Amino acid sequence: MKELKLMKGNEAIAEAAIRAGADAYFGYPITPQSEILEYLMAEKPWEQTGMVVLQAESEVAAINMVYAAAACGKRTLTSSSSPGISLKMEGISYIAGSELPCVIVNVVRGGPGLGTIQPSQSDYFQATKGGGHGDYRMLVLAPASVQEMCDFVPLGFELAFKYRNPVMILTDGVIGQMMEKVELFEPQARLTQEEIIKNTPWATTGRTPDRERNIITSLYLDPYVQEKHVCDLRDKYIRMEAEDVRFEEIATEDAEYILVAFGSSARICQKSIDMARAKGIKVGLLRPITLFPFPSERISELADQVKGFLVVEMNLGQMVEDVRLAVNGKNKVEYFGRFGGVIPNPDEVLTALIQKIIGG
Amino acid sequence: MTEEIIIAGFGGQGVLSMGKILAYSGVMQNQEVSWMPSYGPEMRGGTANVTVIISDERISSPIVHQYDTAIILNQQSMDKFESTVKPGGLLVYDGNGITRHPERKDINIYRIDANDEAAKLGISKVFNMIVLGGYLKLKPIILPEFMHKGLEKSLPKRHHGMIPENEKAIETGKNIIYPVHTL
Amino acid sequence: MLTREDIIKEENLVYKRTSLLTPKALSYCPGCGHGTVHRLIMEVVEEMGIQAETIGIAPVGCSVLAYEFLEVDMQQAAHGRAPAVATGVKRVMPEKYVFTYQGDGDLAAIGTAETIHACNRGENISIFFVNNGIYGMTGGQMAPTTLPGMKASTCPYGRDVKMMGNPLKITELVAQLPGVRYVTRQAVHTPSAVRKAKKAIRIAFENQKLDKGLSFVEFVSNCNSGWKMTPVQSNVWMEENMFPFYPLGDIKLPVE
Repeated sequence: MKELKLMKGNEAIAEAAIRAGADAYFGYPITPQSEILEYLMAEKPWEQTGMVVLQAESEVAAINMVYAAAACGKRTLTSSSSPGISLKMEGISYIAGSELPCVIVNVVRGGPGLGTIQPSQSDYFQATKGGGHGDYRMLVLAPASVQEMCDFVPLGFELAFKYRNPVMILTDGVIGQMMEKVELFEPQARLTQEEIIKNTPWATTGRTPDRERNIITSLYLDPYVQEKHVCDLRDKYIRMEAEDVRFEEIATEDAEYILVAFGSSARICQKSIDMARAKGIKVGLLRPITLFPFPSERISELADQVKGFLVVEMNLGQMVEDVRLAVNGKNKVEYFGRFGGVIPNPDEVLTALIQKIIGG
Repeated sequence: MTEEIIIAGFGGQGVLSMGKILAYSGVMQNQEVSWMPSYGPEMRGGTANVTVIISDERISSPIVHQYDTAIILNQQSMDKFESTVKPGGLLVYDGNGITRHPERKDINIYRIDANDEAAKLGISKVFNMIVLGGYLKLKPIILPEFMHKGLEKSLPKRHHGMIPENEKAIETGKNIIYPVHTL
Repeated sequence: MLTREDIIKEENLVYKRTSLLTPKALSYCPGCGHGTVHRLIMEVVEEMGIQAETIGIAPVGCSVLAYEFLEVDMQQAAHGRAPAVATGVKRVMPEKYVFTYQGDGDLAAIGTAETIHACNRGENISIFFVNNGIYGMTGGQMAPTTLPGMKASTCPYGRDVKMMGNPLKITELVAQLPGVRYVTRQAVHTPSAVRKAKKAIRIAFENQKLDKGLSFVEFVSNCNSGWKMTPVQSNVWMEENMFPFYPLGDIKLPVE
């Protein structure tokens, strides 16, 4: 039987990192995610698995340490919250440009600016449309439970190495701070240096006589070479759209109306669905698990079957743009949200559905 | 069965740990649970609260705006949460420091003077367990054997010697809670 | 009179380009000190036999393309972040020799925090810092190490310290930190300076075997293009102006 624990989402991320055989974590404290670094420092994984944990002098330094360790072929992660993620964006762009695998956790708080430490989903655009400079995408996973916080760490590493691309776990203070029960997966061993050299032959593991030098860079001064590089990146993003779209559907079989929500909003929407169904309104939920690649195809299919979509987000309306693109004018798409750290309540969602979609 | 509870008081009263022990006991009883704290500046010396949900089914939203039960340990929390108890629901409060007692007539109200009792017995550390005991008397949603396991899981090993004291406090709470207004 | 055939005989060989410099022609301006520092670092790596164990970190600035010339595995860092990148490499592969190669803008302006904190943590790495008092790559703008009164494209009337602050002696600054084991300031403009500089590089690498703190080697260098002089004039100007402000020699030696 798997180990069952009651854990905070942030703690689950940290424990999962150790169990996933992560080689290194570099981070900097910021509310509401400091438990990740605190948990790792208390657990001392360097004594058990050899995993490196370091509190950097800033988010900027931390993401560049991630860049470096990832360039050595190591399973590396970092975590922060919105203002800190903005600081990391330069490094994330370099990581994407240099095609390095890593996992970045953003426990989102309300912005812009210093904003609030309360939960929000206002970094959706930043996460899914690139965020830093240049033509790039991150693969974005949006957990909606502490269990998924745990499970998406190894999944994140798997996808990061599959595509040689940064993977972001986009969550918020609700999922990060709450405790739920978690089934912990069996610990995986860290890769040996021999395995790393074999699995990631591009990594800077030391230029031995049997190979050319390995260079990790995102610099291509010749625009035609840079164009080719960006084309290669694009092909990778197209492949993600073909192979790694993930979503969950709840009560969509007979649904006349669809709520689209991710992460903690999706949890709140589940309650709204129960309330709606009790009143005889047939509502279902589509929960994107990957925010990029986005489940556009499935939303488009549903658009042919249902009477309308309500997109529920803890922001001013960001994901609603992707839903509208997916629906492409075939059906009605409206938005309801609370923001600035305010969490919508299930009644408000139901009222919005009735007013904006059913009655409107 | 789904029980949605808010526990609210001052930071340092053991609000969060009471919630954690309750939630962990739920896990041991093979139920679905969630524990959602207030966090941030509120934690640091001010008010603290935690929402605990224990259910036989998958928990949808870990955040709710109305509760089956409110456990209230200071006046600020009374002012904030009295109105959030569902009609027919339960409000448990410690009278210590309360200047405006609950006024609603559509809920069950019980008082437990756990603070005074803990001071009298010299067991201030387990004040929160006295309150929890009072609550469990009214809503026995956790069986004692699972409460024991929940304590084992919640408390660090070095504090396991204190489990009997905690359990005794729970029993004390069961004996001293009394009704103020019942439906 | 020696014939060509005589000259190229093995026994007449007095100098050989290290095999750890790639065949690619250096992109630096003729007369610039970067090429010499590149060569010295690679000669030391070759002599120590640590090519397979060495990871280099290239900066942003003139030496952004250092990885084109150095025959070791390299990572190109974002502007100023090389010490953080070196930290990341060394922490996950502590058995490797890790060095950063940085200019004055990279190390002492945008990367000051990364520099100071890597030094303060005593990261077991070597920092090679080429200080020519100007931003060469972007076209001669003021650097943190530009001398008072010295002209640059962003201080065309000379560096006004009231307005722009004083030049930062970051090398003296990091020498104060307990995490730093070895600090020296060298130059590469004469054969004797080159010999001393190479010794300093060797000490900096050897120190990594001991794991007793960071080694920091500054090279005061010329930038004839940025300073708008001939290479010879720039070396004279460097001796007359840079060296009085940035005196050569050891600043911190290991205390055993």
